[in-house]
Amino acid sequence: MRVRVDSSKCQGHNRCYALAPELFDVDDLGNAFELNDGVVPAGLEDKARLAIANCPEFAIIIEE
Amino acid sequence: MTSVYGPVADWQTDFDHADPEYNRNIHAIWEDLKAAGCPIAHTERYGGVWLPLTHEMVHEIAYDTDHFTSRNVVVGQIKPHEVDHDPELASPPAPIGGAPPITSDPPFHQHARRILLPAFAPKKIDPLRSEIEKMCNELIDKMGDKDVVDAAVEYSQHIPVMIIAHMLGLPLEDADRFRGWVHLVLESVNAPREEREAKFQEFGEYLEMHIRDHMENPREDLINDLLNAEVMGNTLTPEMVQGMVILILIAGIDTTWSGIGNSIWHLATNAVDRRRLAENPDMIPMAVEEFLRAYAPVTMARLVTEDHEFHGVQMKQHDWVLLPFPAANRDPEQFENPAEVVIDREVNRHSAFGLGIHRCIGSNLARLEMNVAVKVFLERFPDFELVTDEETVWSTGQVRGPRRLPVRVLSRH
Repeated sequence: MRVRVDSSKCQGHNRCYALAPELFDVDDLGNAFELNDGVVPAGLEDKARLAIANCPEFAIIIEE
Repeated sequence: MTSVYGPVADWQTDFDHADPEYNRNIHAIWEDLKAAGCPIAHTERYGGVWLPLTHEMVHEIAYDTDHFTSRNVVVGQIKPHEVDHDPELASPPAPIGGAPPITSDPPFHQHARRILLPAFAPKKIDPLRSEIEKMCNELIDKMGDKDVVDAAVEYSQHIPVMIIAHMLGLPLEDADRFRGWVHLVLESVNAPREEREAKFQEFGEYLEMHIRDHMENPREDLINDLLNAEVMGNTLTPEMVQGMVILILIAGIDTTWSGIGNSIWHLATNAVDRRRLAENPDMIPMAVEEFLRAYAPVTMARLVTEDHEFHGVQMKQHDWVLLPFPAANRDPEQFENPAEVVIDREVNRHSAFGLGIHRCIGSNLARLEMNVAVKVFLERFPDFELVTDEETVWSTGQVRGPRRLPVRVLSRH
């Protein structure tokens, strides 16, 4: 599973970073980006889905 | 309080979001409007206001900065264009507005926003946790061993003021004055103009004095950061610095005060959720998101830039449009069982902090304050209940939260 933050949609709500800090980080302005090239380590798929399901801007894209 | 507009008789054609009944009965009012086939209500008050109630419409308006300007985000009796000729009353025009970046439109908006974002980024805000926790505990210590405590007056109203005053570098002794000005800007929109103008002048003079003091005696705080900041190669004008301070002071206080109050109100009226959270504090972060969804405090406003049709209604240039994020958060198209508060709701794309380019800059701080305030309240008062509905007093206007919230303490630590 891979995830990607669409930076044109991210507005810095920081829900992904709060829910799955293993998968996402934020810069000094609060904009999110995916860690590890977006590769979701085994066992963290549910956290990835939770982050996606809580992004108000629908900015996280999943690539199964 | 004297009101310019009287009580509402018909919510479909004559609604008034600043009528005290609105915030008191907000969910029933929206349901009635939608059941009557009215997903977008209209009133002639305030020179004409639209109230769209679906997530789709709220989302569309928040993203459409061409048709909807942010020049003024609080519905009032005077529209900015009506006083543009009067130097005493005129506010800076779009795309800057009087309190950037909340009153700004693209392309200026993002430049002003960049100045503030770093101070409110998660990694800057997280370290405040222990300070907020200490403050919450001290507020509860002060309550002594009373049976009934006011969770709004003695608790939630103090927490954001203390943090914001500290960040800006303004004296905490003036907390009552700050709350007075919050009331002026957000709650008194239906009061006579002359009364409001005199108070606005006092607010402006107070800030001018403190900004001047920061210029003469620089220190490390947000006001000095703003005085040193540059937008597109130029330092900010004193007018812009003042506008940004107004924004942080107003938007940083009663919003979170309301968010904390709404959470405690829910717990005071719901024994099952109260017990679950008291026993499982790890659930608090998720529950806070659900409180933000179900009881989102903030409704923003826009002004229509040109005549156009929107979802079957004819909007006219200079019409006000309310952006009720709290109503979008209860749209069944977007949320399963939206009227039900599910404290472990997993799919929760709520828009309590807005959508699009104006996402609340202070959202990380607000979330931290809410999380800590709820956690400490439950640690110290694992069981409590609402005294009565009648004694709960709700705010009026675009920010909704309890201003008086007496609760009976049933157990304490």
